[in-house]
Amino acid sequence: MTSGSKANRTLGLVIALGLLCVVGAATAGERFASVDNLLTVLRLASVIGVVSVGMTFVITGGGIDLSVGAIVALSSVWATTLATQSMAEDFHWIVMVGCALLVGAGCGLVNGLLVAYGKIAPFIVTLAMLAGARGLAEIIANRRTQIVRDQGFVEFFGGSVLGVPVLVLVFALVAAGGWVLLNRTTFGRRTLAIGGNPEAARLAGLKVARHTTLLYVLLGLACGIAAVMLMARTTTGTSTHGGLYELDAIAAVVIGGTLLSGGRGTVVGTVLGVLIFTTLTNVFTLNNLDTSTQAVAKGVIIVVAVLLQQRLANRAGESHAR
Amino acid sequence: MTQDTAASCQEGHWHSELLGMRGIVKLFPGVRALDGVELGVRPGEVHCLLGQNGAGKSTLIKVIAGAHRPDAGEIRWRGEPVTLTDPQAATRLGVATLPQELDLVDGLSVADNIHLGHEHARFGFTRRGRTARATIALLTRLGHPEIRPGAEVGGLSAAERQIVSMARALSHDASLLVLDEPSAVLDQREVERLFTVVRELTAQGVAIIYISHRLEEIREIGDRVTVLKDGRTVAGGLDVASTPTKNIVRMMTGRAIEYVFPPRTREITDADPVLDVQGLSLEGSFQDIDLSVRPGEIVGLAGLVGSGRSEIVETVYGARRATSGTVLVDGKLLRPGSVPAAVAAGLGLCPEERKSQALVLGDPVSHNITMATLNRAGFLDFAAERAAAEELVAALDVRPSDVDREVRTLSGGNQQKVVLARWLLRECRVLLLDEPTRGVDVGARSEIYALVRDLARRGVAVVVVSSEIEEVLGLADRVLVVGEGRVLHEAPADELTEHDVLDIVLRGAAA
Repeated sequence: MTSGSKANRTLGLVIALGLLCVVGAATAGERFASVDNLLTVLRLASVIGVVSVGMTFVITGGGIDLSVGAIVALSSVWATTLATQSMAEDFHWIVMVGCALLVGAGCGLVNGLLVAYGKIAPFIVTLAMLAGARGLAEIIANRRTQIVRDQGFVEFFGGSVLGVPVLVLVFALVAAGGWVLLNRTTFGRRTLAIGGNPEAARLAGLKVARHTTLLYVLLGLACGIAAVMLMARTTTGTSTHGGLYELDAIAAVVIGGTLLSGGRGTVVGTVLGVLIFTTLTNVFTLNNLDTSTQAVAKGVIIVVAVLLQQRLANRAGESHAR
Repeated sequence: MTQDTAASCQEGHWHSELLGMRGIVKLFPGVRALDGVELGVRPGEVHCLLGQNGAGKSTLIKVIAGAHRPDAGEIRWRGEPVTLTDPQAATRLGVATLPQELDLVDGLSVADNIHLGHEHARFGFTRRGRTARATIALLTRLGHPEIRPGAEVGGLSAAERQIVSMARALSHDASLLVLDEPSAVLDQREVERLFTVVRELTAQGVAIIYISHRLEEIREIGDRVTVLKDGRTVAGGLDVASTPTKNIVRMMTGRAIEYVFPPRTREITDADPVLDVQGLSLEGSFQDIDLSVRPGEIVGLAGLVGSGRSEIVETVYGARRATSGTVLVDGKLLRPGSVPAAVAAGLGLCPEERKSQALVLGDPVSHNITMATLNRAGFLDFAAERAAAEELVAALDVRPSDVDREVRTLSGGNQQKVVLARWLLRECRVLLLDEPTRGVDVGARSEIYALVRDLARRGVAVVVVSSEIEEVLGLADRVLVVGEGRVLHEAPADELTEHDVLDIVLRGAAA
């Protein structure tokens, strides 16, 4: 029953994406329906996609994280400072990657500890991190855009393997890993239990506080990865990176079918949600519609998607009661 | 004798009564919560309502407050037939109920709380001066003029909050006030002040329905008493002063429905205790609890709601952190305040609130069963999980037997079996059961009793907590009677009767 309604929902998202593609092909023709454009869409989707997969875990576990954009910015800045870049020159560009991941995971750890052990509402903790991390990024970068000088780094992440951009491959790996983690491991099952009923999980002997902390660390790590991808795509690190990522990620997760109240999560839905939003942007851009119209359309889509989901969920509930 | 009293009550003195209830029946799915209740309350009296847990007191109060509509029976107010369709209707008549958990808004002032919903206002603007004067008048009437109308309710003591609640009731011109265990949250001095208030109100002609488990309070403040059992009035409107305590206790005990307990087959072993609790205390809840359970033994904690029973098992389990005392499992000290440590040591808890504390309602039965066995990191083995869940569902006869079903769709008894299955799968050696048959129908109760006995026979040490004295006596080998956070008495179950236990609890000490 549960799996049945989940499949329905996924099918709905696929149909929505399909319709969007039809509209795109009809209005923009060749400019939309080309391999080049497909790769552009996927490349654009990959950065926010990685963040959204991480967000899926936090929301499924009953939390929320508003600080993802700020963490991406701080990670990108920290990994492109003179100090980090000169260390990378002496050693290898992997230093920059490590730096971004560490900073991301560190911010996630702070979030997680404050939520799980400080017992502060996640909304408040991550709101504070949103302000704090971006502010710190501005201080470090002195509000200047830092250029990535390491050509090896740019070439590696900007390149392709068998025609597939490395950025897209990274996204695919993160999504696949996320799916396995959520659906096939005890970690994922514990996430669902804790999001579904934290008190029951605690009394069943699960280490709820530790697990919650780990969820935020995981998302911080995803933000670090996204920062690396963004640095490669733009060849810069700046405190303005990742603007409004929190909204895009939460929106993608929610229209994908993950319950905002926790206990139900779907990585596949999240990936589809990200693709729907990115394709929408692409279709609008190809038709020369401005970003304001896009924003309105996004807002409408979020509301309609959630309304539809509630209808579906209610119907499933009723058929059970009978 | 009880029959006579009930009959004379039935003939009725409609005219002298403020509130008269005859033959009230309230049905819930599968239960007759009220099965012909008679109640007559006169103006200006303190009418006490007595009965064990599950006797129907709460349901009756909800009928009086208009929250439940009775399925049969007649209600008269000052001799006139009325229907209480909703809480507003009851309020309009002049009925005010003070629940145990007072429904005050912490962030608002005393005056705002008292006038919530019927503010003194003109053109949508509140009239602060008038509100404050009205508030002071009400508080003075209650003998507590020292409470400031502007004080925030969140900062008041439990006793002061109660006064504010009563003032709110009076602001609706209530002529009948229902007090549900008002003394539970008060200390001795505060209870005396409450009684002063009650006496002043009755002198003004307000009738009070007073619910309490403390017989000595009823002796002090009550005029008449009505005793409920199994949703029926066993004695209506007895004069408190002339009715001996032992008669009242006798009327409360004995049950219409007999539960079937499996026979005790076990011989007492003298093995070392698996669970050994020494001097366990939790500030504000219970003090100095000693409790030891041997393998295969069932120990029961009997006591009323609020006696600290649930807190004791939750503290043993590490869900609450003890102020002092130790818990030993197999002679090894258990890390305090850590549920994972307790579970690792072999403890399992079936908590009191099954739905909010034990189950993930939207998840399938199988996931709920394996929830306590997910501690190792790694990949899920779906086939093994399913096989284990199906085996347990079959062994415990969970119906329906589909392990993919959402656990919310199961009945209370089957949900409880799912929680038991969780700990069976975990192979726990000490099982703590808090109200194991709450919300479980009669048939499934017997099955759960049999399951618990069977577990004990296989060497599991069991602690049973229940507010149903009969259940503790029928299921346990040894019983600890708990009251006000202390062990009042300890004895083998077959040396105690329901009457003894109730007597000990109500007196607050063993005779």
